Amino acid sequence: MDFLLQLLISGIVVGSIYALVALGFVLIYKATGVINFAQGEFLTVGAYVCLALVAQLQFPFWLAFLFTLVVAVLMGMLIERVALRPMIGEPIISIIMLTIGLSSVLKGGVMMIWGPNNRAYPQIFSQVPIHVGPVVISQIYLWSVGFAALFLLIFTLFFKFSSAGIAMRATADDQQAALSMGISVKKVFGMAWCIAALVSAVGGILVGNINGVNISLGFFGLKVFPAVILGGLDSIPGAIIGGLIIGMLEAIAAGYIDPLVGGGMKEVIPFMVLVVILMVKPYGFFGTEEIEKV
Amino acid sequence: MSLLSVNNIEVIYNDVILVLKGMSLDVPEGKIVTLLGANGAGKTTTLKAISGLLKAEDGEVTDGNITFMGQEINKRDAEDIVKSGIFQVMEGRRIFKELTVTENLIVGGHTRKDRGNIKRDIDMVFSYFPRLKERFRQVAGYMSGGEQQMLAIGRALMAKPRLMLMDEPSLGLAPLLVKEIFEIIERINKEEKTTILLVEQNANLALRIADYGYIMESGKVMMDGDTTDLLNNPDVKEFYLGLSDVGQKKSYRDVKHYKRRKRWLS
Repeated sequence: MDFLLQLLISGIVVGSIYALVALGFVLIYKATGVINFAQGEFLTVGAYVCLALVAQLQFPFWLAFLFTLVVAVLMGMLIERVALRPMIGEPIISIIMLTIGLSSVLKGGVMMIWGPNNRAYPQIFSQVPIHVGPVVISQIYLWSVGFAALFLLIFTLFFKFSSAGIAMRATADDQQAALSMGISVKKVFGMAWCIAALVSAVGGILVGNINGVNISLGFFGLKVFPAVILGGLDSIPGAIIGGLIIGMLEAIAAGYIDPLVGGGMKEVIPFMVLVVILMVKPYGFFGTEEIEKV
Repeated sequence: MSLLSVNNIEVIYNDVILVLKGMSLDVPEGKIVTLLGANGAGKTTTLKAISGLLKAEDGEVTDGNITFMGQEINKRDAEDIVKSGIFQVMEGRRIFKELTVTENLIVGGHTRKDRGNIKRDIDMVFSYFPRLKERFRQVAGYMSGGEQQMLAIGRALMAKPRLMLMDEPSLGLAPLLVKEIFEIIERINKEEKTTILLVEQNANLALRIADYGYIMESGKVMMDGDTTDLLNNPDVKEFYLGLSDVGQKKSYRDVKHYKRRKRWLS
């Protein structure tokens, strides 16, 4: 029982990071209709930038963290401006191909600057674990969940109550009608990419602190697909719940099934779920097919 | 001087399809002007040319100009045009289905500078449409067609426009509801001093609430005049109001007159 609890907790930690990255993914899909295959690379870039600031330039972590967010937002803005905006009105498949290209470019760029080796963050959070009843939790896990939850909360409130957030949802709902309200659809698109880059960078920093940083961090972003398919491609609460579920499934698979089959199940389970979900519930738990009044 | 004037504009879609061929109209401040015409005459295109929504559909004003309060607006973006005080209520309501009623209204006021008054104006909209008040937290997509139309008009009110462009507000509504909507349009015109340009299929009702009317055929104005004159014009009576002599139903025997008498059609 304690073992299960332990697994669930590490699942929630990883799952909350999935949720965060999934939020960015869903946001771009919802607002602009683009499936962003470069989401995982946003994560990598965030992790490397923060690491470079902390390890090479000796910034204090908090400052490096904030600075990375700024870099991520600028990167999102630049990508939207330079690569995506000229593609407005082009067939969706071209835009998706573009994001795949973008992911290669970002990955290549990171390789060029920082090389292919594994790196680790200097120890930032205390390594003394915390005992909660029978369960032992390392502090970095607590911080990760805390950060992820904080950002998820901020953005949930942003979409619910701020006028920019409501305008973004309106644009996602009906672009032309949004235009007729005087909403600048271009600004909304830009904002979606900025927020997506920002939350991914946060995710990247958190994963980097837990697992170390290397170029294949982008694969972490790939795990976001099962999460968003499970929750529904266009649902923000769905992204959060899907992320948590996939995280926990992974942890349970790692704990119970891996010892039986000799490992690897952890990586496979999310995608098995993906296939099953697509078969039985293609719109996910919370995805809308479209409200249609008959 | 008129608030809005459209001078001899030409609109082309996709670089080839010529939709408006020298369309002109004037909307004087404080009045209701109606624009009538058959399907495909170019009424909606005219409204979209004014509101700037044309650009999002690959349409372009290639000739002529549109002035609003003395300034040329046909080259501006939709958001600038909304900011300058023109708001289009699009055909088919186009409310944000997944947002609540209140959120829809907030989006309507998106371009406003005086954010503090948004709350007060939501109450103003609710006073026009008490039914929306009962449903203020409901997701708009699940409301009835009439309620959605009310929301679409309420959303326009939130922007406090000088000029409201309305594209077929009666579309798909029951006759009683249409009457109610038209009464509210009249009230908005009187109480909020909003000038209204109304595109309608329901010629009878539109001519009754409007001060001036234009009739379009294939991309330009074929007839215009005070609505009292238009209501008495025999051609308008026959082709838009469905009467041959006042109060008489048209007999199928007379249908062959159609081509000969519709003389503004070339």
